[in-house]
Amino acid sequence: MSSILGSILKALSLIFHLDRELLGIILLSIRVSGTALAISIIAALPLSALLGFRKFPMRGMLINILNTFMGLPPVVVGLFIYLLLSRSGPLGFLSLLYTPSAMVIAQSILAFPIVASLSHSAIVSVDPVIRQAAVTLGATPMQVSLTVIREARYGIISAVIAGFGRVMAEVGAILIVGGNIAGYTRVMTTTIALETDKGNFEQALALGIILLAISLGINSMLHVVQKKGPAGVGR
Amino acid sequence: MRLSLSALEIRKKYNGIEVLRGLSYSFAKNGVYVLTGPNGSGKSTLLRICALLETPDSGRVEFSSEGSIPARDISLRRRMTLVLPKGGLFNDTVFNNVAYGLRLRGINKKKIREIAGSQLESYGLKDKARQNALTLSSGEAQRLAMARATAIAPEILFLDEPTASVDRRNCGIIEEIILGMKDRGSPMVIMTTHDMKQAERLADVRLALEDGVIVAC
Repeated sequence: MSSILGSILKALSLIFHLDRELLGIILLSIRVSGTALAISIIAALPLSALLGFRKFPMRGMLINILNTFMGLPPVVVGLFIYLLLSRSGPLGFLSLLYTPSAMVIAQSILAFPIVASLSHSAIVSVDPVIRQAAVTLGATPMQVSLTVIREARYGIISAVIAGFGRVMAEVGAILIVGGNIAGYTRVMTTTIALETDKGNFEQALALGIILLAISLGINSMLHVVQKKGPAGVGR
Repeated sequence: MRLSLSALEIRKKYNGIEVLRGLSYSFAKNGVYVLTGPNGSGKSTLLRICALLETPDSGRVEFSSEGSIPARDISLRRRMTLVLPKGGLFNDTVFNNVAYGLRLRGINKKKIREIAGSQLESYGLKDKARQNALTLSSGEAQRLAMARATAIAPEILFLDEPTASVDRRNCGIIEEIILGMKDRGSPMVIMTTHDMKQAERLADVRLALEDGVIVAC
């Protein structure tokens, strides 16, 4: 017990005297996960709108696949990207394996189904009367769609935050495709795994606390967003 | 420019039940038309078909503007509006709800502030402009739905049970507003109600619907 307490105290001291290496690790984590999230949003939002507004063959199956992929095991994604990017793989010529770009690709794939599926749910759960109201007030089909998306905004923001939570906490995929190279592809979660293996618990705990603080920040945002949403105003 | 409409031989079925059975009527004069009739008589369906929200199974709705037939496009739809019985208010401020239809039409910000401000004033919602529309009472919500609809200066205003879920005071306010339109002769109002006394108070023309046809005028 006292060793845990000692570790926590040392970890706190490490946080207060943040060195360049630790700061670099934190910033790379945010950069990789942030970029991955941005890519997944750009790809997922149009798809969720398409699934929400248009009926087309295989639509139901596509929704099922997205829902299934929300629980995609990161190591499987890591393995898949590894095979694609490895020297003998189809995309080996890009030389992306063990780079932050490979980590971004893996995390984009992990966040994409979460953002797409939850945004789609938010869009389809908008009361049909909103669409009708927009039409009665003279909206074109495009304006109707934008109005419905705007009405689903709190659900869509929650979807984005859920996607961010997923990629920030992820370790399996980026460890495989990033390689955990010091000063290059080492991020918070992979450092925690490594430092724990080495028995260097203070460093691992310090990063764990920072990671938790970021997660807490994300969840607080989610809470504020949901309080602002329709449920929060007592419809 | 004055828009008028005629419903011609309208038929509409829902789940195998014929709600409208070859209904024809010409809404040619300005004024307040009130449709009464029991539940399921087809009042709301007729309103929705006339407002181009639904298409009939057979028959058609013809519009006329100054003797010519306007093209059936978005600009025709923008000359009329329907206030839904559930309101359909957006999860946004009261002001933004009123401004919505004006923004769709690309009206400039200054003009929007002017029109929306005067609408909120006349519907008694000025002090609630920054409030979320979903926090309003049912009476205020109905007034806001009316303010939002009339902000776009429609030539035809369809009202589906405008006072069905509001208290006596709000009902009085809404009736006053409709009577104002009646006096001005603009816009043409086509509304439904259950309340026969209200129909008497408001109507220039009363129409009774029963089993999908107009039985008395």
